[in-house]
Amino acid sequence: METAIRAVGLRKRYGDHEALRGVDLTVPAGTVLGVLGPNGAGKTTTVRILATLLDADEGTAEVAGYDVRTQRRDVQRSIGLTGQYAAVDELLTGRENLQMVGRLQGLGRAAAGRRADDLLERFELTEAAGRRTGTYSGGMRRRLDLAASLVADPKVLFLDEPTTGLDPASRLVLWAMIREQVAAGVTILLTTQYLEEADQLADRIVVVDTGQVIAEGTSDELKQKVGGERLDVRPVDPDHLPAVLAALAGLSGEAPTSSEDGRAASVRITGGTDDLAVVAAELARQGVALADFALRRPSLDEVFLTLTGQVGRPADEGADHKERSLA
Amino acid sequence: MTDVLAHGAICVERHLKHLMRKPDKLVEATVVPMIFVLLFGLLFGSVIDVPNGGYHEYIMAGIFAMGVMTAVQGTAVGAVEDMRNGITDRFRSLPMSSAAVLLGRTVGDTVMRAVSCLAMAAVGLAIGWRTHTGVLSVLAGFGLLLLFGFVMAWLGAWVGLATGSAETASSVPNVLLMPMMFLSNAYIPLTGLPHWLAVIAEWNPLSAVIGGCRDLWGNPQAAPNADAFPAQHPVLLSLVWMVLLFALVAPLAVRKYRTAVAR
Repeated sequence: METAIRAVGLRKRYGDHEALRGVDLTVPAGTVLGVLGPNGAGKTTTVRILATLLDADEGTAEVAGYDVRTQRRDVQRSIGLTGQYAAVDELLTGRENLQMVGRLQGLGRAAAGRRADDLLERFELTEAAGRRTGTYSGGMRRRLDLAASLVADPKVLFLDEPTTGLDPASRLVLWAMIREQVAAGVTILLTTQYLEEADQLADRIVVVDTGQVIAEGTSDELKQKVGGERLDVRPVDPDHLPAVLAALAGLSGEAPTSSEDGRAASVRITGGTDDLAVVAAELARQGVALADFALRRPSLDEVFLTLTGQVGRPADEGADHKERSLA
Repeated sequence: MTDVLAHGAICVERHLKHLMRKPDKLVEATVVPMIFVLLFGLLFGSVIDVPNGGYHEYIMAGIFAMGVMTAVQGTAVGAVEDMRNGITDRFRSLPMSSAAVLLGRTVGDTVMRAVSCLAMAAVGLAIGWRTHTGVLSVLAGFGLLLLFGFVMAWLGAWVGLATGSAETASSVPNVLLMPMMFLSNAYIPLTGLPHWLAVIAEWNPLSAVIGGCRDLWGNPQAAPNADAFPAQHPVLLSLVWMVLLFALVAPLAVRKYRTAVAR
């Protein structure tokens, strides 16, 4: 498959602070890479280097087949960039903003105007088209910002925390618009602090922390990597819990744990659905009625916290915590 | 190069729209200089006497040049604002040259100074300022002022990009501009100064521009060393100064634009 973005050994230093300590990325054309990491992990620095806004101290990067340092103009003609803050001109109207960007991309005045109208309609901004963007809500500004990055039909789109600070409804709208781009075959590099966002939108995810990629894979692979799967079992009658614990004990090397309220048991499993069948058969034989019998993978939150070491606890405790908070 | 001009024109359009839509900026650019004209014209005019035309005719070129010089702060703060709200990043991600963006800003700000000059001229005429040359010569004087504003705008753009903060960008230029302003022929005739100080003051780029305007408008020069080069060729001296300054600050600003960040 063709590679749309390739970065090798990117390093960037600001004074004493090493923002990037050798970042490698590969994004096949037409896919979405989620770059997940806490504030200060180096997400924005990476995007700025790939979008030609910043030169790396070391390393090379190609976007859409062009070198970001030596073929800057070609890269700029191939990309769209939406930053953390909505980069729109507050004194211009929505339409004027898009028209200006279109003209700077080489469209004539009339063509840029038509393109602006087309995008305004797609982003549900037609009604606000003639208003100064200073009067727009946060969600509208983000939509306009995204529209501005799409004026020239980019092959590669960089979305740097596109939904940070947005309310949930606006976030869903923006996600739908990003999915449209994916469907149209655009390659996307998306940075986010929201695990759910990466989970929802990205084909592959890299987790970055302190300027390095610390994990990489599909969201399923990452979840697997950290905690593996857990089987949660809750008998109808709490008195049956010892029998449940006994049945679970045979599955893996680890001892099953019971929940704090003493009503459910949980164990990490390695044998997938076979393990489920064994436990189900054993409990049925003993006549234990079950209220809950579920295979659960750790959430990306748990993956993230474990990988970045922000919370010094193993993944399974994180999982239990999550479960308790849901109860 | 054609791209720079085409993109520059688009950016100028953007700044002209800003000009129309920011009433406070327009007030700042017109009312404040008008008040200056009134204050200096009436206040100083009543205590300072200048031969061959009087103080009103002497001071107007100085006030015009001072008003135009505020382009430094205006452009600097504008450049910082663009960085702060992300527009600069948007431009930098587009296939356009840095020079075009800066050209748009500096030309736009120069237009603002032109509006400012019109306002000052109106009040000046009202308090007794007159020109004594042909239309072309008078217009050439304003052309000189706007060229000065354009160069000062580039200086401002560089200051804004280099400091990255609106507060610093609006105060730092004063370190340079205040001495330049007071050690010039803007407000007071240099005739009373000690010789060495008068020489410094008359070679000052600001004095050259003001001297050039007075020359082109037929207003009194009151130059202490009437035989010296600055008094003989004020227009030429001011043009040389502006070419030198532009050749210095424009490349600095263009280079800084690529890497500048707001603080």
